[in-house]
Amino acid sequence: MHLERIINLLLVIVLSPLIFGIINRTKAIFAGRTGQPLLQSYYDLWKLFNKGAVYSQTTSWVFRLGPIVGLAVVFATATLVPLGRLPAVIAFDGDIILFAYLFGLMRFFTVISALDTGSAFEGMGASREVMFSALAEPAFLIGLAAISAQRHSLSLTGMFTGADTAFGAYILPVQLLVSFSIFIVFLAENSRIPVDDPNTHLELTMIHEVMVLDNSGPDFGFITYSSALKMWLLGAVLVGVLVPSNGNVWIDMSLSVVSIFVLAVLVGIVESSMARLKLLRVPQLLLIANALSILALILVLR
Amino acid sequence: MTNLVDTVLILIILTNLMLLGSSRLRTCIFVVAMQGILLGALALLTENSGLTIHLILLPTVIICLKGIIFPFLLFRTLRDLNVQHEVEPFVGYGTSLVLSPLVLVVCIWLGSQLSLPVEAISSLVVPAAFFSIACGLFLIISRKKALTQVLGYLVLENGIYVFGVSIATKQPVLVELGILLDVFVAIFVMGIAIYHINREFDHTDVDRLNKLKG
Amino acid sequence: MSLFLLGLSIIFIGGLASLISGRRALASFFGVTGVVAGCVIAVVPAFRVLFNGVAESFRFDWTMPFGSFFLQIDSLSAIFLIAILGLSAIAAIYGMGYLGAYREKKNLGVVWFFYNLLLLGMSLVVVAQNGILFLLAWEIMSLAPFFLIIFDDEKEKARNASWTYLVATHIGMVFLLLFFIILAGKTGSMDFDKIVVMDSVKAGFLFILAVIGFGTKAGFITLHVWLPEAHPAAPSHASAVMSGVMIKTGIYGLVRAITLLGHPPVWWAWVLIGISAGSGVIGVLFALAQHDLKRLLAYHSVENIGIITLGLGIGVLGMSIGSPILAVFGFAGGFFHVINHAIFKGLLFLGAGSVLHGSGTLEIDHLGGLIKRMPWTAVTFLVGAVAISGLPPLNGFASEFLIYLGVFKDGMSHGLANIIPALGVIGGLALIGGLAAACFTKAFGIVFLGEPRSKHAHQAHEVHIAMVLPMVILAILCVLMGVFSPLIIGFFGGAISTITSLPQEVVQGQLNTGSGILSNVVIVSVLLVVLIFGFALLRKWLLSGRSVSEMETWGCGYARPTARMQYTASSFAQPLVFLFRLFLRTARKDSPREGLFPDRAFLQTDTADTSSKYLFQPLFKGISFLFSQLRWIQHGWLQLYVLYIAITLLILLIWKAF
Repeated sequence: MHLERIINLLLVIVLSPLIFGIINRTKAIFAGRTGQPLLQSYYDLWKLFNKGAVYSQTTSWVFRLGPIVGLAVVFATATLVPLGRLPAVIAFDGDIILFAYLFGLMRFFTVISALDTGSAFEGMGASREVMFSALAEPAFLIGLAAISAQRHSLSLTGMFTGADTAFGAYILPVQLLVSFSIFIVFLAENSRIPVDDPNTHLELTMIHEVMVLDNSGPDFGFITYSSALKMWLLGAVLVGVLVPSNGNVWIDMSLSVVSIFVLAVLVGIVESSMARLKLLRVPQLLLIANALSILALILVLR
Repeated sequence: MTNLVDTVLILIILTNLMLLGSSRLRTCIFVVAMQGILLGALALLTENSGLTIHLILLPTVIICLKGIIFPFLLFRTLRDLNVQHEVEPFVGYGTSLVLSPLVLVVCIWLGSQLSLPVEAISSLVVPAAFFSIACGLFLIISRKKALTQVLGYLVLENGIYVFGVSIATKQPVLVELGILLDVFVAIFVMGIAIYHINREFDHTDVDRLNKLKG
Repeated sequence: MSLFLLGLSIIFIGGLASLISGRRALASFFGVTGVVAGCVIAVVPAFRVLFNGVAESFRFDWTMPFGSFFLQIDSLSAIFLIAILGLSAIAAIYGMGYLGAYREKKNLGVVWFFYNLLLLGMSLVVVAQNGILFLLAWEIMSLAPFFLIIFDDEKEKARNASWTYLVATHIGMVFLLLFFIILAGKTGSMDFDKIVVMDSVKAGFLFILAVIGFGTKAGFITLHVWLPEAHPAAPSHASAVMSGVMIKTGIYGLVRAITLLGHPPVWWAWVLIGISAGSGVIGVLFALAQHDLKRLLAYHSVENIGIITLGLGIGVLGMSIGSPILAVFGFAGGFFHVINHAIFKGLLFLGAGSVLHGSGTLEIDHLGGLIKRMPWTAVTFLVGAVAISGLPPLNGFASEFLIYLGVFKDGMSHGLANIIPALGVIGGLALIGGLAAACFTKAFGIVFLGEPRSKHAHQAHEVHIAMVLPMVILAILCVLMGVFSPLIIGFFGGAISTITSLPQEVVQGQLNTGSGILSNVVIVSVLLVVLIFGFALLRKWLLSGRSVSEMETWGCGYARPTARMQYTASSFAQPLVFLFRLFLRTARKDSPREGLFPDRAFLQTDTADTSSKYLFQPLFKGISFLFSQLRWIQHGWLQLYVLYIAITLLILLIWKAF
């Protein structure tokens, strides 16, 4: 049992940067390019960790603390998320809530370290980030509440690895609604198109990338790595909601890992085929996610 | 089977949500067409008396009329009108989306309080029906373009239809066809009316029709 | 109990002594010593009650009709008493430093006298077990702040604020008077232990009276209009006490009223949950739109009262549908949040006071970069900001977590109708949490980070040690209450079992489940802290021996950035304010910008309180119009007035005779 938990954690830590590689490769294929190597994000991280850093004179210790807290938060969160039938390192009733709020803590520190630079760009990104996440959070929690009520469990591990996850026990509409809602939250929280464009640094359209404009060296490495981890963890939750389990631990594990990579391909497809939404339209998208989650909860409870 | 009916009903609810949240008239018409096809599917799924003329005829007529002919007529009107967007509705799209789950909850509560003469095939029938009716009324009240109002009217009628098709499974075909014909004529008349209003006034904002009273 | 009375007397004597000392330097000394010594002594019996679970009471004959001097500290009172005494003592120490700057200008003896009186009133309110005594204590507690709010009496704003407060508190008082008169009913006794309400219609009516009466004090939405006026006007240590604990007496009153009214029907829970979700969301939205730091904090009180009441609402729901899980977790979360909010809101108000003291302004858009000039205030304010946003690992999360947990555990299995409370709690708390984080990243980020935006911020300096120390203590308490949350919730068992009349074992069983879960949260929190230290070391190691340099903030190549180019608090909040314009109705004035190179432009936004603007102002205008119609009665002839009195007397006598 302990072995499974540790394998789960190791998979998160080792494989998560691969997601970026897969997304970029998918986008490259759609654009007719060869694209960067799949392992490019690992090279990037290595490069960043081996660099010095430049800090703005305006900044204080808050700016230096931000990336550290961010990385610590995702590592702490990684102990709560199961993968396929692999249970999480720590599982208890209500860890769903802790999961959501830990990301809130990460966001809080990202935002204040962005404001610490005193740059108008970063202020702008921070302002949008808090707005979108305030709308995304209810959608996420209500969606998970629906799954939690349906599978009679209050912990992520219980929800995603319990007996109710077999295909026969599925109430398909609920799964679909919640998955779609969490997919929207996934895109918003990980700053992907159509909410944010991860490729633009210096346009006025940006959100997350601009908040870390002044970070460099190991700090930026921490940030990049934590966003990879965050993407993996939210992806694991999405996969846990949608993908039924097979019964065998190892098959389930491989299935889940593959599903997360399929999710990455899906993100790549969305990014290749859609444009970023107008900023004023993004809240509407998130409200739709909320409506779907509420609908799912109603369906479970009726 | 119930699972499938549930899925169709949820999709109907979702089409209503889409309708509330989108400003492009083209999308709205498309969504209403989808809803028509879903109604046909619902009629097909709720019939359990074996292969009869009723089974084949009704869904076919519904899908043809609501899924193809009405949208076609509306698309043509849209083309003639040369408008693409609903402009400044009385209640914004975001607000509509926030309110809609609340309305849905109320509909479900109403559905649970209502005692029906026959057992409904799914506990979602009444909520979905009420919700469609509410959305239809809401569209008529809160939007300004005449075309959206026609859509609202259609959705309202769809709601009544969901109610009928799932509860009174033994309804005479003639009655149903009669209702359909009514709607058909209504859409036709409205389409012509909108076209003429547009030609006379250069706009189809119904909140300014009060100028007509002279 | 005698210790408690001794403590209260010391507080009162301290107040009197400082009133007599007046403008002399001794006034502060007497006031603070009285408060601190009194609080330390009086809090002992409260802790004793919580540990032993045995109520302590004191009764003494009194010639007041219906009244008896009946005091009792039970577990419910003890919870509130500890919050009141603890925060007041800490705030008093801060007040000594804070008021020092005003020694030349103001009579500080008066300020201390009313501060001590406020504390006395609050302590009596939560232990009074008789309606008349309760109302008397309530009135003392309600009047004393009037003199604190009017502290800056040369400013018109402060004078208006104190009047708004006085009117609001007395409207509340009217409802409470009615409540107690009807409650006493035919039995004629106002002792809480003798009151029995059998009639459900009457109980419902009384419940509504209690919600309005106590809600005015607590600051439920639409009744909250006095908070954003009064809190900014009072001296900061008094605002901390008013916002941290005084408004909680409204919550206490409501809970006590529910225990007096018998078994609650389910609609009470619905009313409470509806009010609280509204208070929470709208409170935090208004907070977001504010430009004044203390006003922002005042609106956050409305929000947090919402969260507390959400807990109570879930608790009442549990009582009425017979779910011990909901009842226990709801009340436990609510009570825990009462204490937690006292700590972090106290801390934040003290922080705001320090900002005012150090820089001379509370206008958020004029501040910036204070973290370098006021390091201690900044770090403690950050702790408070994280705590009030309900983020782990601090105490704010623990209490919200309990409320969530109750709903997740059992809120969703009681039929269709109960979807609405479940949705209200989960959606409401999540939205409130997100918006609160938005609000406090704004408050902390704009005030303390970046470059100074005005000369006020440039000249800011760190405050005196007597002001830093209380903030540090409160910040440490925020951490400790988070870390020891599994132990702390165990102490709520007595109070919960009194309210819900569930057997002690059942309540304790549920609380044990709760602490088991919370200890898991603590494990993750400890892990988080360890990881933070670990990664900090890793970063240090990675950067050692490499070039670390400092540059200007990247400005897209713009050569001469100024502090005015920074994002302001108003612009930070603008997207959300725009999104929720339906509720906020922000008024916006700007100058037209013409030509290719417009030279000067201005933009002004003002978010007036909608309930004050669209509800109370028209209402009071209407009332004043009605009364102006009666003006013909008033002639200025004394004889005529005596005639009125005589006629009234006569009518009353005749009426009684029939």
